[in-house]
Amino acid sequence: MAVLLLVPRFLPKPYHVGVMVWCGIHSLVCMGLSLFMGYCGQISLGHAGFCAVGAYMSGILTTRLSFSPSLALLFAFIISMIIASAAGMAALRVTTRFGSPPRLATVAGTIVSITVGVAIGLAAQWLTVRWGFRPVGSDASGIQTMRLSFSPWLALLAALVVTLLLGLAAGMPALRLRGHYLAMATLGFGVIIYVVVRADPGELTGGPSGFGGIPRLFPEFSIFGLVRNDEERWYYFVWGILIVLLVLLLNLVNSRVGRALRSIHGGETAAKAMGVNTGKYKIQAFLLSAAMASVAGSFYAHYVRFVNPDPFSLVLSIEFVTMVVVGGMTNLWGAIAGATVLTILTRYFRVFKEIGLLFDGLILIVVMLLFSEGLFVGGARRLSALVRSGCSKIRYLFGGATKSA
Amino acid sequence: MDAILQVVSLRKNFGGVVALDDLSFEVRERQIKSIIGPNGAGKTTLFNIISGIYPPSSGLVRFKGKNVASLHPHVVARRGISRTFQNLQLFANMSVLENVMVGRHCRMKAGLLGSALKLPRTLVEEKLTVDAAMELLQYVGLRDSAHRPAATLPFGKQRLVEVARALATEPTVLLLDEPASGLNVRETEEVGLLIQKIRDTGKTVVVVEHDMSLVMGISEEVLVLDHGRRIAEGPPREVQKDPEVLRVYLGEDIAHAQGAES
Amino acid sequence: MDLSTILQYIFAGIKIGSIYAMVALGFNIIYNTTGIINFAQGEFVMLGGMFMVMLSELMPVGAAFPVAVVAVVIIACIFEMAAIFPAKDASVITLIMITIGGSFLLRGAAMLVWGKSSFALDPFSPGESIDILGARVEPQIMWIIGVLAVVVVLLAIFFKFTLTGKAMRACAANRAAAGLCGVSAERMVLLSFGLSGAIGAVAGIVITPVTLVNYTCGPMYALKGFAAAVLGGLGISTGAVVGGLTIGLMECFGAALPFRGASSYKDGIALLVLLVFLFVKPSGIFGRAAISELKKF
Repeated sequence: MAVLLLVPRFLPKPYHVGVMVWCGIHSLVCMGLSLFMGYCGQISLGHAGFCAVGAYMSGILTTRLSFSPSLALLFAFIISMIIASAAGMAALRVTTRFGSPPRLATVAGTIVSITVGVAIGLAAQWLTVRWGFRPVGSDASGIQTMRLSFSPWLALLAALVVTLLLGLAAGMPALRLRGHYLAMATLGFGVIIYVVVRADPGELTGGPSGFGGIPRLFPEFSIFGLVRNDEERWYYFVWGILIVLLVLLLNLVNSRVGRALRSIHGGETAAKAMGVNTGKYKIQAFLLSAAMASVAGSFYAHYVRFVNPDPFSLVLSIEFVTMVVVGGMTNLWGAIAGATVLTILTRYFRVFKEIGLLFDGLILIVVMLLFSEGLFVGGARRLSALVRSGCSKIRYLFGGATKSA
Repeated sequence: MDAILQVVSLRKNFGGVVALDDLSFEVRERQIKSIIGPNGAGKTTLFNIISGIYPPSSGLVRFKGKNVASLHPHVVARRGISRTFQNLQLFANMSVLENVMVGRHCRMKAGLLGSALKLPRTLVEEKLTVDAAMELLQYVGLRDSAHRPAATLPFGKQRLVEVARALATEPTVLLLDEPASGLNVRETEEVGLLIQKIRDTGKTVVVVEHDMSLVMGISEEVLVLDHGRRIAEGPPREVQKDPEVLRVYLGEDIAHAQGAES
Repeated sequence: MDLSTILQYIFAGIKIGSIYAMVALGFNIIYNTTGIINFAQGEFVMLGGMFMVMLSELMPVGAAFPVAVVAVVIIACIFEMAAIFPAKDASVITLIMITIGGSFLLRGAAMLVWGKSSFALDPFSPGESIDILGARVEPQIMWIIGVLAVVVVLLAIFFKFTLTGKAMRACAANRAAAGLCGVSAERMVLLSFGLSGAIGAVAGIVITPVTLVNYTCGPMYALKGFAAAVLGGLGISTGAVVGGLTIGLMECFGAALPFRGASSYKDGIALLVLLVFLFVKPSGIFGRAAISELKKF
């Protein structure tokens, strides 16, 4: 795998950089979807739903909810307890891995573990309060009492957790299904989320018009003065995360877990017979792709700083699947390529917005009929076949001359 | 040598069709046992139940004394029963080596985090897995084809890949579903030698087959099924002469004639 | 709630449920013959309505009706020949994507031709609402129920008594064997698309006087029609009708539930039903699990 380092674009207008930001956000979703659809061989027509959950949760938690500092402290305490117990258990595993130590060492070890645990817990609590919450104005009584709301990062994390729970609830029964049934189940799931969000439960989602005022995700930074505007900041941010995730996912694909996923695609019955717990891995792939979609949704919310239901319709889910398919399903690079190409096309052909839908449909049909493996994989293969035949023809022309000599 | 696999009163219905009808038999440790019978006798259904693909309608399958009849296939594999498939179910989207490495899945531990982060422990395990898989390919004589896409191999070699893959799970009992189907005489002989080699390493092999030369040549015991019922069981010589077996395979008249002769 | 309100809801439910039932019937025909779920089915409904609106400006309703239906049938057949037939042996995902692409294509074309506005149609028979036991029932509902009944009867006759109908059933049951008997599978597939197109168009035409038609109205009909089909058992015609009416009724009664904002969740009801059935009993009310496992997927 060649290291395709993305050269930072010194593009003329921020608009173009903005388009690239969108490419990045879409690529994030598509990489996850590619893992689930391409490598694991399933299908999901509802990923826009996960994006919506991510975006709306991020929005709601940072703007629509606020609570008193004591509540925030309680919250921080709970989080820190969780982190502390996790740290304690890890410490315990580390110490016992080298066999049962003598009693004095055990006592000493336990004391150390507890101290470490408490220390980490306190630190986590302080950090959570400091970084996890932000002041959001006074409450109705008019007294200058501080009220806190989630900070964007904490909200992102919370959104992720909610998405994973939803994905688990929907995924566990759904992944017994296959083919058309799975497609419709995921489709239904995605549309249900759209309908629910639009219906504005508990006055949280703002109904069909949505709501705005979502805070920034990161402060206005600048690397050595090279970053000129917000679009570029977002560009580096999104693509940076994308590259990191790409590396991680590439590692995953070539590992035991990746092979397990691919074996499910290759033949679920055989995979099961060879010891692969297909249910577990299908859920893992599904949740991973849902998580990536959720994070992408959260990024969207903080980039546009406004959410409403319209972008998260069925059309978006289909567009994601189109991007993955066009780029080549069984290929992470292909997912990025597909997302980038299609996003660029749709953004620049906004002028021809009229033809948009028709164009989408046409592309879908044509690609599926001709390049069922996706342009990136299938096209590359055809291209290399063409090149090879061209080369052999040249070699024949010249080789004939040298051989006879 | 004890019975390592016991099928007890196994019954399986599909809607109105009775595929297995009160079937009971045993397989002893380190034995090569063949199961034969006309098409539709329930042989593949039997394998599917033993390997956990679907549960029986009633009855038990005891493996090392414990009932495995309703366990999920991957649990059965982990316990030590592995199999090949009659109609070849290789992973066409992977190379030969990767196919065999999937077989190693249940004997490995690498998880999501370790794999994504390429932790040293994971990398070491991966290397060991590659080595183990290559060794298995060497065992079946396919080391040179390791990196070819599995679907590009000739049919007979694909069968060997499936065997290597099944062996990768370190099974105690190996179920082979028509391993010689589609092979010529020479290839069938090689399969026979391979089966014996496998048995000699301490494994138990149960073979469903139609090829009589293979069955009679390598089996210690033969079980004959018809319409889901056992109609004969014993050493190959005896089964060959059993009148019921003859009737089922050859038809009434010829069986009568044979019976009259012997 | 008093009787007249309940009756009101019942009629509303039957009104929209009949459309879902017809969409479900369309799904079933194509599914039975090919094993594919045609995601573009909703567009057939939409196109039926659109053509009818356009044609009724030029000719009387009685003439416009069949012409509109024929127009949609032609489009459905072209779709089959251009997009489905070439993809004969493709994988499930490919086929799904192709029908989805078709849905986009038809929707996009509709937007180009007719624009984004919604259109209305005059009811087939003029006049005020009829009063049935205190419920005010639009006469169009009678037309809808009548059309549904006619469609169901005609389909039953077609499949049971005509040679072509039996040929299609043979093709659905066992394509190879049917081929050996001289049934051309390709022609049957084309016919199934044409038939589904016709039924969809009829549904679209008959509902437009009651709800407006608009280039985006296809997918919701498709989704809910599919929910109806799954509810009743994919491929089973009694199931389609029962499923459609059930979902229609559930939607209307669900919107009347006492909690605030219930009506906005109306659209989600059908989908919830779909999910529940897919998760719990994919073979539907009338289907048997063993049979549905044997189907293409």
